[in-house]
Amino acid sequence: MHWQLYYYNYMIEIKNIHKGFNGNIVIEDVSAVMETGKCNLIIGASGSGKTVLMKCMVGLFEPDSGDVLYNGASFTQMQEEGRKELRQQIGMLFQGSALFDSMTVEQNVMFPLDMFTKLNIKQKLEKVNQVLARVNLEEANHKFPSEISGGMKKRVGIARAIVLNPKFLFCDEPNSGLDPKTSLVIDKLIKEITIEFGMTTIVNTHDMNSVMEIGDKIIFMHQGKKEWEGTNKDIIFSKNEELNNFIFASDFLRDAKDMRMLEANGKISNDRDMDTMMK
Amino acid sequence: MDFFTHLGRYLIMIKGMFSKPENMRLYWKEFMHQCNEIGIRSVGIVVIISVFLGAVTTVQTAYQLITPLIPKTVIAVIVRDNIILELAPTLICVVLAGVVGSRIASELGNMRISEQIDALEIMGINTKAYLVMPKIIAALLVVPCLVILAAVLGIWGGKVAGELSGILPAEIYNDGLLEDFIPYNVFFALSKTYTYAFIISSIPAYYGYHVQGGSLEIGRAGTKSVIVSCILILLADYALAALLL
Repeated sequence: MHWQLYYYNYMIEIKNIHKGFNGNIVIEDVSAVMETGKCNLIIGASGSGKTVLMKCMVGLFEPDSGDVLYNGASFTQMQEEGRKELRQQIGMLFQGSALFDSMTVEQNVMFPLDMFTKLNIKQKLEKVNQVLARVNLEEANHKFPSEISGGMKKRVGIARAIVLNPKFLFCDEPNSGLDPKTSLVIDKLIKEITIEFGMTTIVNTHDMNSVMEIGDKIIFMHQGKKEWEGTNKDIIFSKNEELNNFIFASDFLRDAKDMRMLEANGKISNDRDMDTMMK
Repeated sequence: MDFFTHLGRYLIMIKGMFSKPENMRLYWKEFMHQCNEIGIRSVGIVVIISVFLGAVTTVQTAYQLITPLIPKTVIAVIVRDNIILELAPTLICVVLAGVVGSRIASELGNMRISEQIDALEIMGINTKAYLVMPKIIAALLVVPCLVILAAVLGIWGGKVAGELSGILPAEIYNDGLLEDFIPYNVFFALSKTYTYAFIISSIPAYYGYHVQGGSLEIGRAGTKSVIVSCILILLADYALAALLL
């Protein structure tokens, strides 16, 4: 009983999802369980079906067949009212941030509070400032989206996504268009708020730093199918050819992987002594 | 995409607008914003067009009625009826289809392309109700006001033009305005206006809401929505004239 309660606490399960457009199959028989309270990463090359899969999970696309279960309840068969209710427990960061152009940063973050809560203006402002401080954006309240950088937009997007304390956070390509250092900041932020808010987070990415930094569970998509599933530690030792071709695309990374495997097998020391490595 | 697919998607969009608002205050705010965008921001162009419409109608009518057998008050009667029955409702709404229609289509198209509509959906907001319905209701409220303003200014423009050009004095024009006035014409003009207001708000909303692709498609949706709205206005014009007159 206790196990069941834990199992159904903020859990997402996708079952045999199929999705196509104009006769082209984009997602083919994908099943997976998104682990509760962790960062679940969906990785894959561009066009592998990551975004379509995520949009099927949040109901922006209806799957042709299959099911998406939130805490055991079928989202695909849910009535509109049920979906509305559930969506208030979902936050999403979009690839382009999707901030409302005509609103300031403060108004963007306050919008879900205005729409769904009965808090007074003082309470709303307090909450907005709290989440903006959490994403390290204390000074940007009165700026418009056009006046802030890409990294700041992503942080505002995260702040807006978490302002209603959601149980599920979806991030579609959170690092797209960002420099490596800013990407790392966003990755860390996603990881930290996942733990802090106890959310189940699903991240679509093809950024390898993200995979290694925040990937508690990784699902690798290839040509619309789930090709591999595991943790970030499993990736190094995976023998899946498609996954290795995707993750270790350059000679440099392939060499690094080989060395890590030699280290793990005790064939070279793991103190990063270059002389030993060169032998 | 064929006609019936468009019609089906359009009807689904209209049906989807009717749901309980998530927060009445924000819907009201959006409605007021749209009243300002559609109504107040169109006043300038409506004023200019309607004054000149009245002026030109007076001058041209006088030019065609050169016989002394017809009293000059007839010029005012023709100007009044032309403006009330056709020019104010139809021509002003064709202009508004361009001004308001392209703005609605590009606003919604931009929101679709930049995933702002998806962001609202994810929050659990009925985007058809929140984004489309306030535009249609605002148009139904403010477009008739603009048309009434256009009719008044058009008739006034005719009077000013008649006096300035020496075609007919203001007293004769005023007498003509009161001659054979049929109040039903105003009802007919307003019936047309409500129909057009629905067309010039819902058709661009449909094209903007369903944009797919990039910024080029937003422009195409705007153009397409204006063309379709204008054609539908002309079709409705004929249909209503045949039915109600």
